[in-house]
Amino acid sequence: MHSPVEQFTIKVLFALNLFGFDIQFTNSALFMVLAVCVSSAFLYFAMRPAAIIPGRLQGLAEMLYEFVADMVQSNAGNEGRPYFPFVFTLFLFVLFSNLLGLIPYSYTTTSQIVVTFAMAIFIFLGVTLIALFKHGLHFFSFFVPAGAPKILIPFLVLIEVISYFVRPVSLSVRLFANMLAGHTMLKVFGGLAVMIASAGGVFVAGSILPLVAIIGLTGLEILVAVLQAYVFTILTCMYLNDALHLH
Amino acid sequence: MDVEAAKMIGAGLAVIALAGVGVGIGSIFSSLVSSIARNPAARDTVFGIGILGFALTEAIALFALVVALLMLFAL
Repeated sequence: MHSPVEQFTIKVLFALNLFGFDIQFTNSALFMVLAVCVSSAFLYFAMRPAAIIPGRLQGLAEMLYEFVADMVQSNAGNEGRPYFPFVFTLFLFVLFSNLLGLIPYSYTTTSQIVVTFAMAIFIFLGVTLIALFKHGLHFFSFFVPAGAPKILIPFLVLIEVISYFVRPVSLSVRLFANMLAGHTMLKVFGGLAVMIASAGGVFVAGSILPLVAIIGLTGLEILVAVLQAYVFTILTCMYLNDALHLH
Repeated sequence: MDVEAAKMIGAGLAVIALAGVGVGIGSIFSSLVSSIARNPAARDTVFGIGILGFALTEAIALFALVVALLMLFAL
């Protein structure tokens, strides 16, 4: 009997020895490479016809592009447009990492806190550096909310600084916990079906119920995968907006 | 009280926070439905913000879940 958390173990597929570093190619790395390859192949083959009036696949790729471009434009303004390639790559990487994990027997890269935290900390540091380079020391006026009474400013600044530093933590934990909880729940229901069926007799017919629940849950998980990719990206755009425009 | 029992009790107490999250998500969707009912043309604008609000509120639920899992398996 497999435990529900066994799906999150990292297995080493093969070991590479590059320039004296012992790099172990794990199943996590394989699925990251797969996410990049699938999204790149999808975009390449979808845009191949390059027709003025798009067919179905090209229309899909163009809708995806327009969706993210609109998100960047409306959340980060015109000054955010140079960052669009990064945001689009981020959206597609998170989306495909989440979706590829729903294939049975596969592995979800974003269900590891180290992966999501690495992405979130890079976004946080990048956005902070953009703000520091653009505004210099005036950046620290971001922590003083407009129109606050002078007495309360020290407390408000403390609260604002703490909530600023919580941003990478909340960004990463949101994605990680959604993926972890969803996949664990799927496996728990699967184990439940096996347990009910192994009770024998009339229960074998009853074990169809957890399987029906898994169908519903998988639909929910697809929704959550897309939604979490959208939320990750739109929060990145909002943090970029804060950095570029300081309120 | 031995450590195992304390872990179970702690994990159970941690998920009490989900009550607040349930209220929050219900409130978001109730205001989403009534604002679409008042002005059906605003649907596309309001829906995106509603989904963003839902995901942010759900994040709080998952923070509670992470604390419960930490208590059960890590500490």
